[in-house]
Amino acid sequence: MIATPQLAHFASPLPSLQLASGAVLQQYDLAYETYGTLNADKSNAVLICHALNASHHVAGVYEGRADSEGWWDSMIGPGKSVDTNQFFVIGVNNLGSCFGSTGPLSINPETGKPYGADFPLVTVEDWVDSQARLLDFLGIKTLAAVMGGSLGGMQALSWSIRYPERVRHAVVIAAAPNLSAQNIAFNEVARQAIMTDPDFHDGNYARINALPKNGLAVARMIGHITYISDDQMETKFGRGFREGKKFSFAPEFQIESYLRYQGEKFSQYYDANTYLRVTKALDYFDPAADCGGDLAKALSPAAAKFLIISFTTDWRFSPARSREMVRALLDDKKNVTYVEVDAPHGHDAFLLNNAQYHAVVKTYFAKQIAPVNITSQEAAA
Amino acid sequence: MITRADFAAIASWIPEGARVLDLGCGDGSLLAYLSQTRGVSGYGIENDEVSIIQCIENGVNVIQVNLESGMAEIADQSFDIVILSQTLQAMKRTEAVVAEMLRVGREAIVTFPNFGYWKHRTQIALGGRMPVSEDLPYQWYDTPNVHLFTIADFEAFCTARNYRVLNRSVFTNGVEQRFLPNLLGTLALYRFAASA
Repeated sequence: MIATPQLAHFASPLPSLQLASGAVLQQYDLAYETYGTLNADKSNAVLICHALNASHHVAGVYEGRADSEGWWDSMIGPGKSVDTNQFFVIGVNNLGSCFGSTGPLSINPETGKPYGADFPLVTVEDWVDSQARLLDFLGIKTLAAVMGGSLGGMQALSWSIRYPERVRHAVVIAAAPNLSAQNIAFNEVARQAIMTDPDFHDGNYARINALPKNGLAVARMIGHITYISDDQMETKFGRGFREGKKFSFAPEFQIESYLRYQGEKFSQYYDANTYLRVTKALDYFDPAADCGGDLAKALSPAAAKFLIISFTTDWRFSPARSREMVRALLDDKKNVTYVEVDAPHGHDAFLLNNAQYHAVVKTYFAKQIAPVNITSQEAAA
Repeated sequence: MITRADFAAIASWIPEGARVLDLGCGDGSLLAYLSQTRGVSGYGIENDEVSIIQCIENGVNVIQVNLESGMAEIADQSFDIVILSQTLQAMKRTEAVVAEMLRVGREAIVTFPNFGYWKHRTQIALGGRMPVSEDLPYQWYDTPNVHLFTIADFEAFCTARNYRVLNRSVFTNGVEQRFLPNLLGTLALYRFAASA
Protein backbone atom coordinates (compact mmCIF):
# COMPACT_ATOMS: atom_id res chain seq x y z
CA MET A 1 0.00 0.00 0.00
CA ILE A 2 1.45 3.37 -1.09
CA ALA A 3 0.95 6.25 1.34
CA THR A 4 0.82 9.91 0.33
CA PRO A 5 1.19 12.62 2.97
CA GLN A 6 -1.16 15.59 2.65
CA LEU A 7 -1.39 18.95 4.31
CA ALA A 8 -4.54 20.73 5.50
CA HIS A 9 -4.11 24.46 6.03
CA PHE A 10 -6.34 26.16 8.59
CA ALA A 11 -6.48 29.95 8.44
CA SER A 12 -8.96 32.80 8.21
CA PRO A 13 -11.89 32.68 7.44
CA LEU A 14 -11.77 29.42 9.44
CA PRO A 15 -11.89 30.21 13.15
CA SER A 16 -8.58 30.38 15.01
CA LEU A 17 -7.72 27.61 17.44
CA GLN A 18 -8.09 28.50 21.09
CA LEU A 19 -5.70 26.36 23.15
CA ALA A 20 -6.16 25.23 26.74
CA SER A 21 -3.25 27.46 27.80
CA GLY A 22 -5.13 30.54 26.57
CA ALA A 23 -2.86 30.94 23.56
CA VAL A 24 -4.50 31.23 20.15
CA LEU A 25 -3.20 29.81 16.86
CA GLN A 26 -4.48 32.05 14.05
CA GLN A 27 -3.26 29.64 11.41
CA TYR A 28 -1.79 26.18 11.39
CA ASP A 29 -1.23 23.15 9.20
CA LEU A 30 -2.07 19.55 9.96
CA ALA A 31 -0.23 16.80 8.10
CA TYR A 32 -2.27 13.68 7.51
CA GLU A 33 -2.51 10.51 5.45
CA THR A 34 -5.52 8.42 4.52
CA TYR A 35 -5.81 4.78 3.51
CA GLY A 36 -8.79 3.02 1.97
CA THR A 37 -11.89 4.69 0.58
CA LEU A 38 -14.46 6.80 2.33
CA ASN A 39 -17.86 5.20 1.68
CA ALA A 40 -20.84 7.06 0.25
CA ASP A 41 -22.39 8.03 3.57
CA LYS A 42 -18.98 8.69 5.15
CA SER A 43 -19.58 6.22 7.95
CA ASN A 44 -16.45 4.06 7.73
CA ALA A 45 -13.81 6.55 8.92
CA VAL A 46 -11.31 5.47 11.56
CA LEU A 47 -9.01 8.05 13.13
CA ILE A 48 -5.65 6.84 14.41
CA CYS A 49 -4.06 8.99 17.12
CA HIS A 50 -0.33 8.73 17.57
CA ALA A 51 1.77 8.39 20.68
CA LEU A 52 4.85 10.32 21.78
CA ASN A 53 7.21 10.13 18.84
CA ALA A 54 5.08 8.94 15.92
CA SER A 55 3.37 10.77 13.10
CA HIS A 56 0.61 10.75 10.49
CA HIS A 57 2.51 8.03 8.62
CA VAL A 58 0.59 5.17 10.18
CA ALA A 59 0.59 2.54 7.45
CA GLY A 60 1.90 1.70 4.01
CA VAL A 61 5.16 2.87 2.45
CA TYR A 62 6.12 5.92 0.44
CA GLU A 63 6.56 5.52 -3.30
CA GLY A 64 9.89 3.91 -4.12
CA ARG A 65 10.92 3.59 -0.46
CA ALA A 66 10.32 0.01 0.66
CA ASP A 67 11.84 0.70 4.10
CA SER A 68 9.41 3.52 4.92
CA GLU A 69 6.70 1.44 6.60
CA GLY A 70 4.21 3.35 8.72
CA TRP A 71 4.53 2.97 12.50
CA TRP A 72 1.39 0.81 12.83
CA ASP A 73 1.68 -0.99 9.50
CA SER A 74 1.41 -4.38 11.27
CA MET A 75 -2.10 -3.42 12.43
CA ILE A 76 -3.50 -1.34 9.58
CA GLY A 77 -3.73 -2.10 5.87
CA PRO A 78 -5.57 -4.20 3.30
CA GLY A 79 -6.76 -7.43 4.99
CA LYS A 80 -5.10 -6.49 8.29
CA SER A 81 -6.72 -6.16 11.73
CA VAL A 82 -7.93 -2.69 10.83
CA ASP A 83 -8.81 -3.54 7.25
CA THR A 84 -8.40 -0.65 4.82
CA ASN A 85 -10.52 -2.58 2.31
CA GLN A 86 -13.41 -1.86 4.68
CA PHE A 87 -12.41 1.25 6.55
CA PHE A 88 -11.18 4.70 5.61
CA VAL A 89 -8.28 5.20 7.97
CA ILE A 90 -6.89 8.62 8.82
CA GLY A 91 -3.50 9.26 10.38
CA VAL A 92 -2.83 12.77 11.61
CA ASN A 93 0.30 14.45 12.95
CA ASN A 94 -0.44 16.34 16.14
CA LEU A 95 0.02 20.08 16.56
CA GLY A 96 3.39 20.92 18.08
CA SER A 97 5.00 17.91 16.45
CA CYS A 98 7.86 18.00 13.98
CA PHE A 99 6.71 15.87 11.05
CA GLY A 100 4.69 18.35 9.02
CA SER A 101 2.03 19.80 11.29
CA THR A 102 2.70 23.24 12.72
CA GLY A 103 5.12 23.04 15.61
CA PRO A 104 8.12 24.72 17.24
CA LEU A 105 10.29 24.22 14.13
CA SER A 106 7.71 25.93 11.89
CA ILE A 107 8.11 29.55 10.89
CA ASN A 108 6.05 31.91 13.03
CA PRO A 109 4.24 34.11 10.46
CA GLU A 110 4.40 37.04 12.86
CA THR A 111 8.21 37.03 13.18
CA GLY A 112 9.41 35.17 10.11
CA LYS A 113 11.55 32.98 12.42
CA PRO A 114 11.01 29.49 13.84
CA TYR A 115 8.58 29.56 16.76
CA GLY A 116 11.06 27.78 19.04
CA ALA A 117 10.31 28.62 22.66
CA ASP A 118 7.34 30.78 21.55
CA PHE A 119 5.32 27.80 20.38
CA PRO A 120 2.54 27.40 22.94
CA LEU A 121 2.12 24.36 25.15
CA VAL A 122 -0.54 22.04 23.75
CA THR A 123 -2.76 19.54 25.54
CA VAL A 124 -4.42 16.28 24.58
CA GLU A 125 -7.68 18.24 24.40
CA ASP A 126 -6.11 20.76 22.00
CA TRP A 127 -5.03 17.89 19.76
CA VAL A 128 -8.49 16.37 19.82
CA ASP A 129 -10.07 19.74 18.96
CA SER A 130 -7.69 20.23 16.04
CA GLN A 131 -8.33 16.66 14.83
CA ALA A 132 -12.06 17.42 14.92
CA ARG A 133 -11.36 20.34 12.58
CA LEU A 134 -9.50 18.01 10.25
CA LEU A 135 -12.61 15.81 10.15
CA ASP A 136 -14.70 18.88 9.32
CA PHE A 137 -12.21 19.66 6.56
CA LEU A 138 -12.61 16.10 5.21
CA GLY A 139 -16.41 16.34 5.50
CA ILE A 140 -16.66 13.54 8.07
CA LYS A 141 -19.21 13.98 10.84
CA THR A 142 -18.93 10.70 12.68
CA LEU A 143 -16.04 8.30 13.22
CA ALA A 144 -16.71 4.58 13.06
CA ALA A 145 -13.82 4.43 15.52
CA VAL A 146 -11.06 6.46 17.06
CA MET A 147 -8.09 4.36 18.07
CA GLY A 148 -4.73 4.87 19.69
CA GLY A 149 -2.06 3.31 21.88
CA SER A 150 -0.41 4.96 24.89
CA LEU A 151 -0.73 8.74 24.47
CA GLY A 152 -2.82 7.94 21.37
CA GLY A 153 -5.21 5.99 23.59
CA MET A 154 -5.58 9.06 25.79
CA GLN A 155 -6.64 11.04 22.74
CA ALA A 156 -9.20 8.33 21.88
CA LEU A 157 -10.54 8.56 25.44
CA SER A 158 -10.68 12.35 25.23
CA TRP A 159 -12.49 12.14 21.88
CA SER A 160 -15.24 10.05 23.48
CA ILE A 161 -15.74 12.74 26.13
CA ARG A 162 -15.35 15.91 24.03
CA TYR A 163 -17.22 14.79 20.92
CA PRO A 164 -19.56 12.02 22.09
CA GLU A 165 -21.85 12.39 19.07
CA ARG A 166 -18.94 11.96 16.66
CA VAL A 167 -17.48 8.69 17.98
CA ARG A 168 -19.16 5.28 17.65
CA HIS A 169 -16.26 3.22 19.04
CA ALA A 170 -13.22 4.20 21.09
CA VAL A 171 -10.30 1.77 21.04
CA VAL A 172 -7.97 2.63 23.91
CA ILE A 173 -4.77 0.57 24.03
CA ALA A 174 -1.97 0.54 26.64
CA ALA A 175 -3.17 3.86 28.03
CA ALA A 176 -4.02 5.39 31.40
CA PRO A 177 -6.62 7.89 32.60
CA ASN A 178 -3.77 10.10 33.82
CA LEU A 179 -0.07 9.88 34.64
CA SER A 180 1.18 8.66 38.00
CA ALA A 181 3.75 10.66 39.94
CA GLN A 182 6.34 8.12 38.75
CA ASN A 183 5.35 8.69 35.10
CA ILE A 184 5.65 12.46 35.56
CA ALA A 185 8.99 11.99 37.29
CA PHE A 186 10.44 10.13 34.30
CA ASN A 187 9.14 12.89 32.00
CA GLU A 188 10.69 15.60 34.14
CA VAL A 189 14.11 13.90 34.06
CA ALA A 190 13.81 13.72 30.28
CA ARG A 191 12.91 17.41 30.07
CA GLN A 192 15.78 18.39 32.34
CA ALA A 193 18.18 16.45 30.12
CA ILE A 194 17.03 18.60 27.19
CA MET A 195 16.79 21.95 28.96
CA THR A 196 20.22 21.67 30.59
CA ASP A 197 21.93 20.86 27.29
CA PRO A 198 24.16 23.90 26.53
CA ASP A 199 22.85 23.85 22.96
CA PHE A 200 19.24 24.33 24.13
CA HIS A 201 19.47 28.16 24.21
CA ASP A 202 16.18 28.51 26.08
CA GLY A 203 14.41 26.69 23.30
CA ASN A 204 15.52 29.02 20.51
CA TYR A 205 18.30 26.79 19.17
CA ALA A 206 16.81 26.60 15.66
CA ARG A 207 17.25 30.34 15.13
CA ILE A 208 21.02 29.97 15.53
CA ASN A 209 21.35 26.56 13.90
CA ALA A 210 22.15 24.83 17.17
CA LEU A 211 20.70 21.46 18.29
CA PRO A 212 20.46 20.11 21.86
CA LYS A 213 21.17 16.64 20.51
CA ASN A 214 22.77 15.17 23.59
CA GLY A 215 19.94 16.21 25.87
CA LEU A 216 17.37 14.84 23.48
CA ALA A 217 19.25 11.55 23.18
CA VAL A 218 19.36 11.15 26.97
CA ALA A 219 15.64 11.97 27.14
CA ARG A 220 14.95 9.19 24.65
CA MET A 221 17.15 6.74 26.58
CA ILE A 222 15.10 7.38 29.71
CA GLY A 223 11.86 6.91 27.79
CA HIS A 224 13.09 3.66 26.27
CA ILE A 225 13.75 2.12 29.67
CA THR A 226 10.07 2.59 30.55
CA TYR A 227 8.84 1.05 27.29
CA ILE A 228 10.40 -2.37 27.92
CA SER A 229 9.63 -4.83 30.69
CA ASP A 230 12.39 -5.87 33.10
CA ASP A 231 12.11 -9.48 31.87
CA GLN A 232 12.30 -8.45 28.23
CA MET A 233 15.40 -6.35 28.87
CA GLU A 234 16.95 -9.29 30.67
CA THR A 235 16.09 -11.66 27.82
CA LYS A 236 17.27 -9.31 25.10
CA PHE A 237 20.44 -7.94 26.70
CA GLY A 238 21.00 -9.44 30.14
CA ARG A 239 24.46 -8.57 31.40
CA GLY A 240 25.93 -9.18 27.98
CA PHE A 241 29.04 -7.26 26.92
CA ARG A 242 29.81 -6.18 23.41
CA GLU A 243 33.52 -6.97 23.65
CA GLY A 244 34.12 -7.53 27.35
CA LYS A 245 35.26 -5.29 30.17
CA LYS A 246 37.58 -2.44 29.20
CA PHE A 247 37.55 -0.38 32.39
CA SER A 248 36.20 2.62 30.51
CA PHE A 249 32.96 4.57 30.23
CA ALA A 250 32.49 3.69 26.60
CA PRO A 251 29.30 1.68 26.01
CA GLU A 252 30.43 -1.78 27.12
CA PHE A 253 27.23 -3.55 28.13
CA GLN A 254 24.86 -4.38 25.31
CA ILE A 255 22.05 -2.49 27.03
CA GLU A 256 24.23 0.65 27.14
CA SER A 257 25.03 0.34 23.50
CA TYR A 258 21.36 -0.25 22.64
CA LEU A 259 20.17 2.79 24.59
CA ARG A 260 22.88 5.03 23.13
CA TYR A 261 22.01 3.87 19.64
CA GLN A 262 18.29 4.54 20.21
CA GLY A 263 19.01 7.96 21.72
CA GLU A 264 21.40 8.96 18.92
CA LYS A 265 18.99 7.80 16.20
CA PHE A 266 16.08 9.64 17.82
CA SER A 267 17.99 12.88 18.27
CA GLN A 268 18.61 13.02 14.53
CA TYR A 269 14.96 13.12 13.53
CA TYR A 270 13.02 14.49 16.51
CA ASP A 271 12.72 18.02 17.82
CA ALA A 272 13.63 18.82 21.42
CA ASN A 273 10.92 21.48 21.82
CA THR A 274 8.36 18.97 20.59
CA TYR A 275 9.59 16.42 23.12
CA LEU A 276 9.16 18.97 25.92
CA ARG A 277 5.64 19.78 24.83
CA VAL A 278 4.49 16.22 24.21
CA THR A 279 5.70 15.05 27.64
CA LYS A 280 3.95 18.03 29.20
CA ALA A 281 0.71 17.16 27.37
CA LEU A 282 1.03 13.66 28.87
CA ASP A 283 1.59 15.08 32.36
CA TYR A 284 -1.41 17.40 32.14
CA PHE A 285 -3.85 14.80 30.80
CA ASP A 286 -6.38 14.08 33.53
CA PRO A 287 -10.01 14.20 32.38
CA ALA A 288 -11.24 13.28 35.85
CA ALA A 289 -9.61 16.38 37.38
CA ASP A 290 -12.43 18.62 36.18
CA CYS A 291 -14.91 16.29 37.90
CA GLY A 292 -13.33 16.22 41.33
CA GLY A 293 -11.24 13.19 40.42
CA ASP A 294 -14.32 11.17 39.49
CA LEU A 295 -13.44 9.39 36.24
CA ALA A 296 -16.93 7.89 35.88
CA LYS A 297 -18.37 11.39 35.99
CA ALA A 298 -15.80 12.59 33.44
CA LEU A 299 -16.71 9.74 31.09
CA SER A 300 -20.46 10.05 31.58
CA PRO A 301 -21.05 12.13 28.40
CA ALA A 302 -19.46 9.40 26.22
CA ALA A 303 -21.77 7.59 23.82
CA ALA A 304 -19.16 5.35 22.21
CA LYS A 305 -18.67 1.66 22.76
CA PHE A 306 -15.23 1.03 24.23
CA LEU A 307 -12.56 -1.55 23.57
CA ILE A 308 -9.85 -1.25 26.22
CA ILE A 309 -6.67 -3.32 25.89
CA SER A 310 -3.72 -3.58 28.26
CA PHE A 311 -0.60 -5.73 28.37
CA THR A 312 0.34 -7.81 31.40
CA THR A 313 4.00 -6.69 31.54
CA ASP A 314 3.42 -2.99 30.78
CA TRP A 315 4.71 -1.14 33.84
CA ARG A 316 4.55 2.32 32.28
CA PHE A 317 0.74 2.16 31.91
CA SER A 318 -0.04 -1.05 33.77
CA PRO A 319 -3.23 -3.12 33.41
CA ALA A 320 -4.37 -1.60 36.73
CA ARG A 321 -4.58 1.79 34.97
CA SER A 322 -6.74 0.32 32.21
CA ARG A 323 -8.93 -1.35 34.83
CA GLU A 324 -9.59 2.10 36.33
CA MET A 325 -11.10 3.13 33.00
CA VAL A 326 -13.08 -0.12 32.79
CA ARG A 327 -14.46 0.38 36.27
CA ALA A 328 -15.51 3.95 35.46
CA LEU A 329 -17.21 2.77 32.27
CA LEU A 330 -19.01 -0.02 34.16
CA ASP A 331 -20.16 2.52 36.76
CA ASP A 332 -21.52 4.58 33.85
CA LYS A 333 -23.23 1.53 32.32
CA LYS A 334 -21.33 2.07 29.07
CA ASN A 335 -20.63 -0.69 26.60
CA VAL A 336 -17.08 -1.87 27.20
CA THR A 337 -14.93 -4.82 26.32
CA TYR A 338 -11.65 -5.20 28.18
CA VAL A 339 -8.79 -7.50 27.26
CA GLU A 340 -5.58 -7.97 29.22
CA VAL A 341 -3.14 -9.40 26.72
CA ASP A 342 -0.48 -11.75 28.07
CA ALA A 343 2.64 -10.32 26.39
CA PRO A 344 6.24 -10.23 27.63
CA HIS A 345 7.32 -7.00 25.94
CA GLY A 346 6.08 -4.28 28.30
CA HIS A 347 4.58 -1.04 27.02
CA ASP A 348 6.03 -1.52 23.53
CA ALA A 349 3.73 -4.53 23.06
CA PHE A 350 1.07 -2.26 21.62
CA LEU A 351 3.24 -1.72 18.53
CA LEU A 352 4.21 -5.38 18.14
CA ASN A 353 2.63 -8.46 16.64
CA ASN A 354 0.90 -10.51 19.28
CA ALA A 355 -1.60 -13.10 18.02
CA GLN A 356 -4.23 -12.57 20.75
CA TYR A 357 -3.94 -8.76 20.59
CA HIS A 358 -4.36 -8.66 16.83
CA ALA A 359 -7.18 -11.24 16.91
CA VAL A 360 -9.06 -9.09 19.43
CA VAL A 361 -8.71 -5.94 17.32
CA LYS A 362 -9.48 -7.76 14.06
CA THR A 363 -12.60 -9.45 15.47
CA TYR A 364 -13.81 -6.26 17.10
CA PHE A 365 -13.45 -4.24 13.90
CA ALA A 366 -14.94 -6.98 11.71
CA LYS A 367 -17.86 -8.01 13.96
CA GLN A 368 -18.73 -4.98 16.05
CA ILE A 369 -17.73 -1.94 14.02
CA ALA A 370 -18.03 -3.01 10.38
CA PRO A 371 -21.60 -4.41 10.31
CA VAL A 372 -23.04 -1.01 11.21
CA ASN A 373 -21.27 0.51 8.25
CA ILE A 374 -22.47 -2.13 5.86
CA THR A 375 -26.05 -1.51 7.02
CA SER A 376 -25.77 2.24 6.62
CA GLN A 377 -24.07 1.80 3.24
CA GLU A 378 -26.98 -0.34 2.10
CA ALA A 379 -29.42 2.19 3.49
CA ALA A 380 -27.68 4.92 1.49
CA ALA A 381 -27.70 2.86 -1.72
CA MET B 1 -24.52 -29.63 28.98
CA ILE B 2 -26.43 -26.36 28.88
CA THR B 3 -29.35 -26.44 26.47
CA ARG B 4 -31.84 -23.93 25.14
CA ALA B 5 -34.34 -25.21 27.73
CA ASP B 6 -31.95 -24.11 30.48
CA PHE B 7 -31.45 -20.75 28.77
CA ALA B 8 -35.23 -20.32 28.70
CA ALA B 9 -35.51 -21.16 32.41
CA ILE B 10 -32.83 -18.59 33.26
CA ALA B 11 -34.48 -16.00 31.00
CA SER B 12 -37.85 -16.55 32.71
CA TRP B 13 -36.27 -15.44 36.01
CA ILE B 14 -34.79 -12.23 34.60
CA PRO B 15 -36.84 -9.05 34.39
CA GLU B 16 -36.98 -7.21 31.08
CA GLY B 17 -34.05 -4.83 30.64
CA ALA B 18 -32.17 -6.06 33.72
CA ARG B 19 -28.49 -5.36 34.23
CA VAL B 20 -26.79 -8.74 34.09
CA LEU B 21 -23.28 -9.94 34.79
CA ASP B 22 -22.39 -13.42 33.49
CA LEU B 23 -19.36 -14.88 35.25
CA GLY B 24 -17.37 -17.36 33.19
CA CYS B 25 -19.53 -16.44 30.22
CA GLY B 26 -17.76 -18.71 27.73
CA ASP B 27 -18.57 -17.68 24.17
CA GLY B 28 -21.21 -15.22 25.39
CA SER B 29 -24.14 -17.19 23.94
CA LEU B 30 -26.24 -16.99 27.14
CA LEU B 31 -25.76 -13.21 27.29
CA ALA B 32 -26.54 -12.88 23.59
CA TYR B 33 -29.71 -14.96 24.19
CA LEU B 34 -30.73 -12.85 27.19
CA SER B 35 -30.18 -9.62 25.32
CA GLN B 36 -32.34 -10.90 22.42
CA THR B 37 -35.13 -12.35 24.58
CA ARG B 38 -35.12 -10.07 27.64
CA GLY B 39 -33.38 -6.95 26.37
CA VAL B 40 -30.83 -7.14 29.17
CA SER B 41 -27.76 -4.96 29.20
CA GLY B 42 -24.95 -7.14 30.28
CA TYR B 43 -21.32 -7.96 30.56
CA GLY B 44 -19.53 -11.27 30.49
CA ILE B 45 -16.54 -12.03 32.66
CA GLU B 46 -14.08 -14.43 31.07
CA ASN B 47 -10.40 -15.24 31.28
CA ASP B 48 -9.99 -17.66 28.39
CA GLU B 49 -8.41 -16.15 25.27
CA VAL B 50 -10.46 -18.16 22.77
CA SER B 51 -13.75 -17.51 24.60
CA ILE B 52 -12.99 -13.77 24.67
CA ILE B 53 -12.63 -13.68 20.89
CA GLN B 54 -15.92 -15.62 20.58
CA CYS B 55 -17.67 -13.09 22.85
CA ILE B 56 -16.43 -10.25 20.64
CA GLU B 57 -17.72 -12.18 17.60
CA ASN B 58 -21.09 -12.56 19.33
CA GLY B 59 -21.27 -8.84 20.04
CA VAL B 60 -21.16 -9.34 23.80
CA ASN B 61 -19.41 -6.95 26.19
CA VAL B 62 -16.67 -9.06 27.74
CA ILE B 63 -14.31 -8.09 30.55
CA GLN B 64 -11.17 -10.16 31.04
CA VAL B 65 -10.86 -10.95 34.72
CA ASN B 66 -9.62 -13.96 36.64
CA LEU B 67 -12.67 -14.74 38.77
CA GLU B 68 -10.60 -16.34 41.49
CA SER B 69 -8.78 -13.07 42.14
CA GLY B 70 -11.97 -11.09 42.66
CA MET B 71 -13.81 -8.40 40.77
CA ALA B 72 -12.43 -5.16 42.19
CA GLU B 73 -13.48 -3.40 38.96
CA ILE B 74 -17.12 -3.90 39.78
CA ALA B 75 -18.90 -1.74 42.33
CA ASP B 76 -21.14 -3.11 45.10
CA GLN B 77 -24.73 -3.92 44.12
CA SER B 78 -24.19 -2.55 40.61
CA PHE B 79 -26.01 -5.43 38.85
CA ASP B 80 -29.54 -6.77 39.13
CA ILE B 81 -28.46 -10.34 38.53
CA VAL B 82 -25.12 -12.13 38.51
CA ILE B 83 -25.03 -15.48 36.72
CA LEU B 84 -22.51 -18.27 37.23
CA SER B 85 -23.37 -20.99 34.76
CA GLN B 86 -21.68 -24.39 35.03
CA THR B 87 -18.64 -22.88 36.71
CA LEU B 88 -19.18 -23.04 40.48
CA GLN B 89 -17.92 -26.64 40.62
CA ALA B 90 -14.66 -25.51 38.98
CA MET B 91 -13.93 -22.67 41.41
CA LYS B 92 -11.23 -23.15 44.01
CA ARG B 93 -12.69 -20.54 46.35
CA THR B 94 -16.36 -21.44 46.09
CA GLU B 95 -17.55 -19.52 49.13
CA ALA B 96 -15.65 -16.36 48.21
CA VAL B 97 -16.96 -16.42 44.64
CA VAL B 98 -20.58 -16.73 45.79
CA ALA B 99 -20.05 -13.94 48.34
CA GLU B 100 -18.56 -11.78 45.56
CA MET B 101 -21.60 -12.51 43.35
CA LEU B 102 -23.91 -11.21 46.05
CA ARG B 103 -21.66 -8.20 46.67
CA VAL B 104 -21.84 -6.95 43.07
CA GLY B 105 -25.40 -8.18 42.36
CA ARG B 106 -28.74 -8.02 44.14
CA GLU B 107 -29.54 -11.59 43.07
CA ALA B 108 -27.49 -14.54 41.86
CA ILE B 109 -28.22 -17.40 39.50
CA VAL B 110 -26.02 -20.50 39.54
CA THR B 111 -26.29 -23.63 37.46
CA PHE B 112 -24.31 -26.77 38.21
CA PRO B 113 -24.18 -30.48 37.36
CA ASN B 114 -25.90 -32.51 40.09
CA PHE B 115 -23.42 -34.98 41.54
CA GLY B 116 -26.38 -36.68 43.27
CA TYR B 117 -27.87 -37.93 39.96
CA TRP B 118 -28.57 -41.68 40.32
CA LYS B 119 -26.21 -42.73 37.55
CA HIS B 120 -23.38 -40.89 39.31
CA ARG B 121 -24.38 -42.60 42.55
CA THR B 122 -24.37 -46.06 40.99
CA GLN B 123 -21.06 -45.52 39.22
CA ILE B 124 -19.40 -44.72 42.52
CA ALA B 125 -21.43 -47.11 44.74
CA LEU B 126 -21.43 -50.18 42.50
CA GLY B 127 -18.63 -49.53 39.99
CA GLY B 128 -16.36 -48.03 42.63
CA ARG B 129 -15.20 -45.43 40.13
CA MET B 130 -15.63 -41.66 39.96
CA PRO B 131 -18.61 -40.90 37.72
CA VAL B 132 -18.16 -39.92 34.08
CA SER B 133 -21.27 -38.77 32.24
CA GLU B 134 -22.52 -36.30 29.69
CA ASP B 135 -22.73 -33.64 32.41
CA LEU B 136 -19.46 -34.65 34.07
CA PRO B 137 -17.45 -35.71 31.02
CA TYR B 138 -14.01 -35.66 32.66
CA GLN B 139 -11.81 -38.32 34.22
CA TRP B 140 -10.75 -37.63 37.80
CA TYR B 141 -7.24 -36.70 36.68
CA ASP B 142 -8.14 -34.15 34.02
CA THR B 143 -11.30 -32.58 35.42
CA PRO B 144 -11.55 -28.84 35.97
CA ASN B 145 -14.27 -29.63 38.53
CA VAL B 146 -12.63 -29.35 41.93
CA HIS B 147 -15.79 -29.04 44.05
CA LEU B 148 -18.45 -31.55 43.09
CA PHE B 149 -21.70 -31.24 45.03
CA THR B 150 -25.35 -32.27 44.97
CA ILE B 151 -28.62 -30.36 45.00
CA ALA B 152 -29.01 -31.24 48.69
CA ASP B 153 -25.48 -29.95 49.37
CA PHE B 154 -26.22 -26.65 47.70
CA GLU B 155 -29.46 -26.18 49.62
CA ALA B 156 -27.63 -26.87 52.88
CA PHE B 157 -24.98 -24.31 51.84
CA CYS B 158 -27.67 -21.68 51.20
CA THR B 159 -29.36 -22.43 54.53
CA ALA B 160 -26.07 -22.18 56.43
CA ARG B 161 -25.35 -18.77 54.91
CA ASN B 162 -28.89 -17.46 55.17
CA TYR B 163 -29.23 -17.16 51.40
CA ARG B 164 -32.85 -17.00 50.28
CA VAL B 165 -33.60 -19.41 47.43
CA LEU B 166 -35.96 -17.56 45.09
CA ASN B 167 -36.32 -20.14 42.31
CA ARG B 168 -35.11 -23.63 41.56
CA SER B 169 -35.30 -25.64 38.34
CA VAL B 170 -33.83 -29.07 37.78
CA PHE B 171 -33.34 -30.66 34.38
CA THR B 172 -32.58 -34.16 33.21
CA ASN B 173 -30.93 -33.98 29.81
CA GLY B 174 -32.77 -30.81 28.88
CA VAL B 175 -36.20 -31.82 30.24
CA GLU B 176 -37.49 -30.28 33.45
CA GLN B 177 -37.42 -32.77 36.36
CA ARG B 178 -39.88 -32.20 39.20
CA PHE B 179 -39.84 -35.68 40.75
CA LEU B 180 -36.98 -36.58 43.14
CA PRO B 181 -34.72 -33.92 41.63
CA ASN B 182 -31.60 -34.78 43.63
CA LEU B 183 -31.83 -38.39 42.44
CA LEU B 184 -33.15 -37.92 38.93
CA GLY B 185 -31.88 -34.46 37.90
CA THR B 186 -28.63 -33.87 36.01
CA LEU B 187 -28.50 -30.07 36.03
CA ALA B 188 -29.69 -27.67 38.72
CA LEU B 189 -30.47 -23.96 38.36
CA TYR B 190 -30.94 -21.70 41.37
CA ARG B 191 -31.85 -18.07 41.79
CA PHE B 192 -31.01 -16.76 45.26
CA ALA B 193 -30.25 -13.62 47.23
CA ALA B 194 -28.61 -12.65 50.49
CA SER B 195 -30.91 -12.60 53.51
CA ALA B 196 -32.97 -9.44 53.60
